[in-house]
Amino acid sequence: MNGQNSIMTEGLTKRFGDFTAVDAISFQVIKGEIFGFLGANGAGKTTAIRMLCGLSIPTEGHATVAGFDVYKSAEQIKRNIGYMSQKFSLYDDLTVWENIQFYAAIYGLDKKAIKLAGDKLLDRLGLRNEINTMVSELPLGWKQKLAFSIAIIHQPEIVFMDEPTGGVDPLTRRQFWLMIYEASAVGITVFVTTHYMDEAEYCDRVAIMVDGKIEALDSPKNLKQQFHSDSMDDVFYQLARKAVRS
Amino acid sequence: MQQFFAFVQKEVFHILRDYRTLLIIIGIPIVQILRFGFALSNEVKNTKIGILDYSSDYMSRSLVEQIEASQYFEIVEFLESTEAIAATLRKGKTKMVMVIPAHFEDDLLHQNSAQLQLITDGTNPNMATTLINYISAITMEFQGRTLGNNAMPLQIKVTNRMLYNPQLRAEFTFVPGVIALVLMLVCTMMTAVSIVKEKEMGNMETLLVSPMNPLAFIISKAGPYLMLSLLILTVILWLSSALLNVPIRGSLLLIYGVSMIFVLGALGLGLVISTLTDAQQTAMMISLTGLMLPTMMFSGFMFPIESMPVPLQLFSHLIPAKWYFYSIQAVMIKGLGVQHIWKEILILTVFTVVFLTISFKKFKTRLA
Repeated sequence: MNGQNSIMTEGLTKRFGDFTAVDAISFQVIKGEIFGFLGANGAGKTTAIRMLCGLSIPTEGHATVAGFDVYKSAEQIKRNIGYMSQKFSLYDDLTVWENIQFYAAIYGLDKKAIKLAGDKLLDRLGLRNEINTMVSELPLGWKQKLAFSIAIIHQPEIVFMDEPTGGVDPLTRRQFWLMIYEASAVGITVFVTTHYMDEAEYCDRVAIMVDGKIEALDSPKNLKQQFHSDSMDDVFYQLARKAVRS
Repeated sequence: MQQFFAFVQKEVFHILRDYRTLLIIIGIPIVQILRFGFALSNEVKNTKIGILDYSSDYMSRSLVEQIEASQYFEIVEFLESTEAIAATLRKGKTKMVMVIPAHFEDDLLHQNSAQLQLITDGTNPNMATTLINYISAITMEFQGRTLGNNAMPLQIKVTNRMLYNPQLRAEFTFVPGVIALVLMLVCTMMTAVSIVKEKEMGNMETLLVSPMNPLAFIISKAGPYLMLSLLILTVILWLSSALLNVPIRGSLLLIYGVSMIFVLGALGLGLVISTLTDAQQTAMMISLTGLMLPTMMFSGFMFPIESMPVPLQLFSHLIPAKWYFYSIQAVMIKGLGVQHIWKEILILTVFTVVFLTISFKKFKTRLA
């Protein structure tokens, strides 16, 4: 096993009856990189991410996440990953601090560690004055940042994000990506699915999924060269229009 | 362990901060009990009745006096003719007219049998039955008092003797019924809705990805609702004994014990429902139509099961609330011990084990 890889898959497949949602995908994600996972709706992104997070058992193939096998050590994987969904997963009827406290405890931090990590998080986000504010009263952009910070509060090796910027304005999205860079800078591997092509440009490498298969995988720069286009948008369009299902 | 406490704490915050729901959950049984308590004292106490006395002899007058002396009836009218009866009842204030035929005393003393006619406003059949039973009871008592026990052959009218509830007090059925209904509501619906809410808001995924054990999730989800329902049970028991004078004749421990079994089953059912849907609305509809209605109709507290067609009677066996209702009524009102309701307890336990097993299984397979 390569110690430099955070995620490694080999022929990973998921079938639901006759339907092959994810069709033998193989790729590696290098430790500390920002790995973009692109695809139209229904291309199999979410199913793939669910298998990697231990939420769904693969039908075939191999995969290790943070060095642990997805079949045998799902529990170990859960300890070493963070997860942020499109919906942010914060509780609207809990305060900022209560949300931090709850998730930190769920991720297995003890009281002292929660206090420490929580304080650091609040200072970094500048949310110290808002600790007793209900999350429902926070602006969307703040919620998103808070959700991301909470997803990595236990300093996981990898953080998975399933379309984390859906429904957010471009400015907020940019600020959010700055946070992702910060996390990546301290060595956290970032695995992010998106269908915003400008975001794809921010990634170190991207995989483009079409009909359950990975059709292309490289850095945005190389992909653009390969497909003779000047934007990721165009690259994606060239690949995605081949899709049979959508 | 710390995960567990953090989760329980979070659940408690959810419950306490959603004060509207909390108010409804605790408010409904209180309002029901209070309303019933006071409505009962207004309706069946001091019910307005009319008298049409063709005899006007000593016997008939003492009977009327005795009826008036009771707290249940208030005689507002003495009618003159049969024609007046319909007019009086039609106005709606007078609920019943008692007709005493001519020669009442003569018939009673010399023919050993006299008749009374009760004409009742049947728009509320339950109340009409209650009124007739009250009058019958008073007549019996009157008979015993005026004629002495040795005059038993002199029958005015025979009525059934009601065991445990001689005054036919409806709160004896009502209170255990409300308990069964509310516990079902709180445990099943609230648990289902609160879990489905986590799904709907997207928190569920995050929780499943976290190292938290699914079993710990289930327990910490259900725990607070278990406590809430026991609290509500306590409130209902206290209110009904303090305000409605409903006795708690049996063992309190047994009542709580049986309730725990029932509540655990209801929680299991809530968990099962939560795995069926991803929308709070749907979860609520399933709980309401799928559980509340059968609970009300087939637990026996509103409609007597004995008078249902056989298929429905058989169906009622599948309603856990029926067995719970029966046990609570037996313990609370009749003061029976565990040896009399072991069968019901056993059936409830089977239901609970089945529901909990299904919910654990469903929870695990959801991950695959």
